[in-house]
Amino acid sequence: MTGHKNYMYKSWWKILAVVLLVYTFTAGILIEVPRNPQLQETIRNLFFHVCMWFGMMILFIISVVHAIKYLRNGKHVHDIASRQYAGVGILFGLLGYITGAIWMSYTWVDSNKSFYDSFNSIAREPKLIGAAIALLVYAAYLVLRDSINDMDKKARISAVYNIFAFAMLFPSIWIIPRLLPSLHPGGSEGNPALNFRDSSMNMKLVFYPAIAGWTLVGVWIATLKIRWRLLYEQKLMK
Amino acid sequence: MKKMFSIIAMLFLAMVTSAQDIEMADGMKANGKIYVVIAVMLTILAGLVLYLVRLDRKISRLEKINN
Repeated sequence: MTGHKNYMYKSWWKILAVVLLVYTFTAGILIEVPRNPQLQETIRNLFFHVCMWFGMMILFIISVVHAIKYLRNGKHVHDIASRQYAGVGILFGLLGYITGAIWMSYTWVDSNKSFYDSFNSIAREPKLIGAAIALLVYAAYLVLRDSINDMDKKARISAVYNIFAFAMLFPSIWIIPRLLPSLHPGGSEGNPALNFRDSSMNMKLVFYPAIAGWTLVGVWIATLKIRWRLLYEQKLMK
Repeated sequence: MKKMFSIIAMLFLAMVTSAQDIEMADGMKANGKIYVVIAVMLTILAGLVLYLVRLDRKISRLEKINN
């Protein structure tokens, strides 16, 4: 995995990430979007806020794959990769939460109600609660890891916990929020992002490249951290 | 028949105007100020990417020294 044929050392996908993001930032602002009375121009946040959550899910998937690989062959590099992908995934999740808070205060908050009543209805939003649970479960992953000193034990226990944390994503963000009434669009009609009957094909032309671009940047950051960590531990061994 | 046609025409007109009534940033597109926003966003993106590229180069150099 440390050989120079590894994907981490190739540059084509890093260039692709930058190209996709430049496209997202220009086309995302310029394309025609549906005129929605509630969202207006903020509908373009789809290319930024929603992509954070997609990036988070994909990074968590990569993380759990590395955790399973570590448990199968015990190679230390998979443990490092699993940890770093989870870290960047949590970062994306936090950014999704913060951007969601900003977006919500201009679209969901009812100015006719008091702040308390408005907050009362928004805090019941199942996606908010589910995402908070998922992020806390992953935060516990970092705490658990750092509380074990023995290197092998740390790697093994945190790999097992990583699989549990990933399993918790299913109820907390993929199932329960879609069963309950939600302020988020499209939950009850299956997957809101992959719904091809949606009228705004125009937005999908930017949305899918945006997901790819943001995710690839997340992968880029994670690989840099993995490579740095590998160097750091090489230094410790010497 | 004429009455019917005019009602339909009015309904259609109402639909079009109600879609136009929703306030969007059409003005920003018309006077080109939207490109200022894009320029700012792209500059921030360029800065972040440049930072990542430099970090990537530095780590590559360290890897070369270590091997």
